[in-house]
Amino acid sequence: MTRRRTAALPTPVALLFLLPAATLFAVFVLYPMATALTYSLFSWRGTAQDAFVGLDNFVTLLTTEPYRSQLPRAFAHNALLFAGAMVVQNSVGLLLAYALHKRERLRRLFQVLYTMPYLVSPLVVGYLWSLLLSPLFGPVNAVLRAVGLESVAQPWLGDPDTALWVVVLVTAWQWVGFPLLVYGAALGSLDPTMEEAAMLDGATSRQRFWHVTLPMLLPVIGTVSVLTFIFSMEAFPIPYALGGSNGSPAGATDVMSLLFYRTAFGSGASNAIGVSSAVAIVLFVVIVGVSVLFTRWFRRVERRLT
Amino acid sequence: MRRVGVNVVLSGYAVVALVPLLIMVWNSFRTDQELVAEPLGLPVSPSFDAYREAWVEASFSTYFLNSVLVTTASVALSTAVSLLAAYALARSRSRLMGVIEQVFVSGLMMPVFLMIVPIFYLLDTIGLASTRTGLILVYSAVSIPFSVFVLATFLRQLPDELEDAARIDGAGPLRTFWSVLLPLVRPAVATVVVFRFVPIWNDFFYPLILVRDRDLYTLPVGLTTFFGEYQTSWSTLFAGLVIATLPLVLLFLVATRQIVAGLTAGMGR
Repeated sequence: MTRRRTAALPTPVALLFLLPAATLFAVFVLYPMATALTYSLFSWRGTAQDAFVGLDNFVTLLTTEPYRSQLPRAFAHNALLFAGAMVVQNSVGLLLAYALHKRERLRRLFQVLYTMPYLVSPLVVGYLWSLLLSPLFGPVNAVLRAVGLESVAQPWLGDPDTALWVVVLVTAWQWVGFPLLVYGAALGSLDPTMEEAAMLDGATSRQRFWHVTLPMLLPVIGTVSVLTFIFSMEAFPIPYALGGSNGSPAGATDVMSLLFYRTAFGSGASNAIGVSSAVAIVLFVVIVGVSVLFTRWFRRVERRLT
Repeated sequence: MRRVGVNVVLSGYAVVALVPLLIMVWNSFRTDQELVAEPLGLPVSPSFDAYREAWVEASFSTYFLNSVLVTTASVALSTAVSLLAAYALARSRSRLMGVIEQVFVSGLMMPVFLMIVPIFYLLDTIGLASTRTGLILVYSAVSIPFSVFVLATFLRQLPDELEDAARIDGAGPLRTFWSVLLPLVRPAVATVVVFRFVPIWNDFFYPLILVRDRDLYTLPVGLTTFFGEYQTSWSTLFAGLVIATLPLVLLFLVATRQIVAGLTAGMGR
């Protein structure tokens, strides 16, 4: 439809309409973003900018304790959160969406039920599960005892070996509605004749899922994966609620955002601004870099398959 | 048979999704003694002590008021300025506008950790450190990309004959915007309002860093100090979580349609 737009606004008037939003955006988003890039290249004495030090703050991150050991550890934990989210949350979301796809009457009801945890504040979700998993009065351990799994019951959040998995599962519990709704919408927009044709050819329902439906969902799977990666790298409220700002127990739930928070606002170090800005930039570069590379790789895979 | 199996799985997951939330609600009506004695019990004789404790002694009334003020003001301000901007972007043919729109939309993936330290010092410099006003301005600004994007997309789909008619009748751009477009754009405004209300209400990162004064804490930051101080008063903790969640449940009941539609907007291809 190429209709001539007659109602075009004259540019000066349009600029006037833009002014309030543009001012707010420039002052509180663009300006901070631009200065943040320079913050990491200076040394700081408290809030006073000191000398230009080039990449020294980044060198500090890689060579000085506690950053030297905490940075890779936090990164590894973020990577695990991502892997866990892909395996638990996104595959459960996809399977539930696929199961719901064929149940038109119940779909809406179940979608709403599954999405409820998604609307609750992630901080509330974290604190709620810290209470549910309490060794003293936690219903989770009580259920395990009630069904005779006494030996499995344990202080889930007190044990460094299980704490990070609790973060993964609690995050998945809250977020499963996201892949569910996205995949649900994607399934709804697929051409049903493909599956019907496969069915006529005698394909079993499992074959139809793996060889017909799944390949058609690939572009959406790519989008969900990238978004999951970004969310996993920026995870903050749930780890904070479950393990505090130090990533208790013993740093087992420490992630990049907590490391950044401690460095910037909790360390009391005089060069807190310089080093914490370096942490934020490393995180930003990883997020953007991996997302771009992944998207590119994924498009190639997609093209090969279709 | 197979169908039954799938239904069992679907219902089973509904239990997993809902029971923790139900436990949160009913444990808030039980005393600490009941919680320890019977972790899986129901509120047989409901007690509201936990709510009184949380609301009065643990200053949840203050946090709640702050959250309401900050969230509504931020959503109102960001929606208003975004609507004006979206109108300009959707109805202008200038190339400059295209560039400005790109800049706005690039903010959809904002690196919050990168921005927070400069924002902290910016607010300090302009005398808005640790104020509700500062928080409102920041929330409004970071809401602009999403709101402008949704509203401009919607405005582009509206036919412009009505605006033409208004212009021919002698209405200026502001009058046209106010009397002709505003009534038409309501569904998109509803989506934007709901979709900015939820994350701002739930946000914990900005106030944790930008607000130092306890009397100005919003609910999520209030919760963090509260969880430190009331560690052993479990039913009060449950009550606090319910108070922080209740407004969203109400919003959800009112606006389920917008929420489900908006969550999947532009994702399905």
